[in-house]
Amino acid sequence: MNKKPGNTSVKEELRLMNGDESHLPTVSASPHIRSHDTTTGIMLDVIVALIPSLIAAVALFGPRAFAVTAISVLSCMLFEYIARKAMKRQNTLGDLSAVVTGILLAFNLPSAIPLWMVPVGAFIAIVIVKQFFGGIGQNFVNPALIGRIILMVSFPTAMSTWIGNYVWGGGADAVTSATPLASLATIFDGNDFSDASFAQLPSNLQMLFGQTGGCLGETCAIAIILGMIYLIARRVISPIIPFVYVGTVALIMLIAGCGSIRFMTAQLLSGGLLLGAVFMATDYTTSPINSKGKLIFAIGCGLFTSVIRLYGSFPEGVSFSIILMNILSPLIDLATKPKPFGYFKEKKEKKEADA
Amino acid sequence: MKEKMLGVLSPASRAKGGVRVPHHKNTQDCEAVRFVGVETVVLPMLQHIGAPCSPVVSVGDTVGIGQLIGDSDKYMSVPIFASVSGVVSAIGIVQTAPGKRVEAVTIKSDGEMRPYCEFSPPTVNSREDFLKAVRNSGLSGLGGAGFPTHVKLNVPPEKKIDTLIINAAECEPYITVDYRECIENSEHVISGTKLILKHLGIENAIIAVEDNKPKAIEVLSKLAEKGKNIKVMSLKSKYPQGAEKMIVCSATGRKVPPGKLPMDVGCIVINVASVSFIDRYIKTGKPLVSRTITVDGSAIRHPQNVRVPIGTKIKDIIDFCGGFTEPPFKMITGGPLMGTALLNTDAPILKTYSAVLAFTKGSYKVKPERDCIRCGRCAFVCPMHLVPTDIERYVLARDPEKLIKSNVGACMECGSCAFACPSGKALVQYIILGKDIVREAGLKNE
Repeated sequence: MNKKPGNTSVKEELRLMNGDESHLPTVSASPHIRSHDTTTGIMLDVIVALIPSLIAAVALFGPRAFAVTAISVLSCMLFEYIARKAMKRQNTLGDLSAVVTGILLAFNLPSAIPLWMVPVGAFIAIVIVKQFFGGIGQNFVNPALIGRIILMVSFPTAMSTWIGNYVWGGGADAVTSATPLASLATIFDGNDFSDASFAQLPSNLQMLFGQTGGCLGETCAIAIILGMIYLIARRVISPIIPFVYVGTVALIMLIAGCGSIRFMTAQLLSGGLLLGAVFMATDYTTSPINSKGKLIFAIGCGLFTSVIRLYGSFPEGVSFSIILMNILSPLIDLATKPKPFGYFKEKKEKKEADA
Repeated sequence: MKEKMLGVLSPASRAKGGVRVPHHKNTQDCEAVRFVGVETVVLPMLQHIGAPCSPVVSVGDTVGIGQLIGDSDKYMSVPIFASVSGVVSAIGIVQTAPGKRVEAVTIKSDGEMRPYCEFSPPTVNSREDFLKAVRNSGLSGLGGAGFPTHVKLNVPPEKKIDTLIINAAECEPYITVDYRECIENSEHVISGTKLILKHLGIENAIIAVEDNKPKAIEVLSKLAEKGKNIKVMSLKSKYPQGAEKMIVCSATGRKVPPGKLPMDVGCIVINVASVSFIDRYIKTGKPLVSRTITVDGSAIRHPQNVRVPIGTKIKDIIDFCGGFTEPPFKMITGGPLMGTALLNTDAPILKTYSAVLAFTKGSYKVKPERDCIRCGRCAFVCPMHLVPTDIERYVLARDPEKLIKSNVGACMECGSCAFACPSGKALVQYIILGKDIVREAGLKNE
């Protein structure tokens, strides 16, 4: 009994004290109760929030949309499994993060994409961006977005061939259509914000319901907003990033469009802005942790998106701007480190002492 | 149900952070039952924060209840008294529940529960008398930390204290001892508060209760009406509302800076059971020899509140409560968020233990540890505004400088972060390790 602690191993000590270890209660550090939140549960919530967009994608782009999503999800899961196995690490399929990446990657692809390209994007997202950096929680940029960007610069034609909405029962509508973003860039370059110049654009209502060209998951604004409401209500995401991001873009577009409301709303409803703001920019791993950081992050995303859309050679800037801000997140976190409770500056103390 | 009662204060401010925990106040209607049938008590010589006592009795001595058996000449120390009458059967090293090995006096009870002497109330004429009496009562904080009460009350004269906060928040799940104290000994709570106010020259007292205990608020506010300077405050039920810095913030709106104490912002925080005990001691002179604990959890046959002699073995108390329904998977002393896990039931009850909880395997959920997803929940709930996930990374990197910059020393180990963590990280463990890394590096925690 008088032995100094450390001379015997804990196990041996237990054996000496009790003879038999099998019926011993579990000893662990506090706290002894945990909340019901789990990583799997959070990912499941995100998947649920993506379902309206998936339904919209299939309704708008036909069965092919479902095929692209399924291939993307399956290949992401397969690559996750193989990569973990090859690196001799614990299997993490159960946390469902690969499923979320798979859906998001598919939502960032056009429906006409050759199907073999989908696993290429999945490989880049899961193996290179996520697992090479250590798996869930360690990637410094959003895997699905890098997957999309690599595909876009490698296969620019395939990645920007938009076909119009699928006509259910009437076969695929193979007409290639321009995205509203390209038209908006022309309008901005021409500096003509009269009603006539918006003639070739779909109406706001059409864009709200997604009846326009674009990637699978990005066109139907209503579905994305539904998902956002669900995520905020379940407290999975904080409303700061989506609202401030979209708000920043709205403000800049209003100024750039010389006060044209039509130009602003068209900018907000077209391209990947809503999808990016709700599902991509809010990714835990690649966005700042505290509210102040999230605010800076979201404003930065909005700025970059607007600048690329208005002045860049690419019509769309959402993925680039989120990636840029992802890279800045650790620095933002550092700069916005919260002060401990009750902290105050020395100066203030002096003032109080004087008073 | 939660209609506002007249005379009950609302919180002065709302502290950020904290988590909503399940309350499980199953024993709130269980009046404290006196424990009978004690055979031996083990009285460790260190039951408080500070210097250990040395035994002043030897093996074979006959002792009575309330007889001094351990004392120290150090300031940060409180005496220890025999909690049963009988014979000192052993003096030696024992292991207490947190795993500490300390000297202890074992007393074999003669079953008579005979007091050592006729207790007489201490004479209290001045502040010094009062503080001396508090020390001689053997009282160290009954809330859980075990800080010697006479040290807490002995505020240097240059610190002006204007508010005494009686902590009856009891934010930990399961535990109901403070609640029962408010209901059963409400008179003592109020008059104990008056005593402290009078002897320390403090103007106001706030009895802070979480709003999940409306009955306690009602009973206390009725009694407090007579004394104008004692007010009952209803606090939002949120863990860790009862933590010292949080309750000061909620009750007065003042924020205690890192590394400072409530007295630096003009407050003293004291546990409600301690206040009630001070009143009884000043009136009777009977020192601290017993305390009330909550015995609860799915593995306990008859959950209840029991008043036990200090030093009673946990095993005996569980037997008194009908024993286990099945071998427990997890046993805890104290609350489930800050309590200590028990390896066996041999350890004695100390002054600081407010509960013994035991859970069956079926009812106790273990969350497997996964990789951090940087969701930020730990930072969002941290009442001290720290970023536990960063601290974890710096601990794994063994980086004392970054740990200091992350203010690891400000952590009070409330466990909110680990409770909220979806990845089941043992964040509190990492933080404790982080404090050690800073200490080893010879740097000062701020």
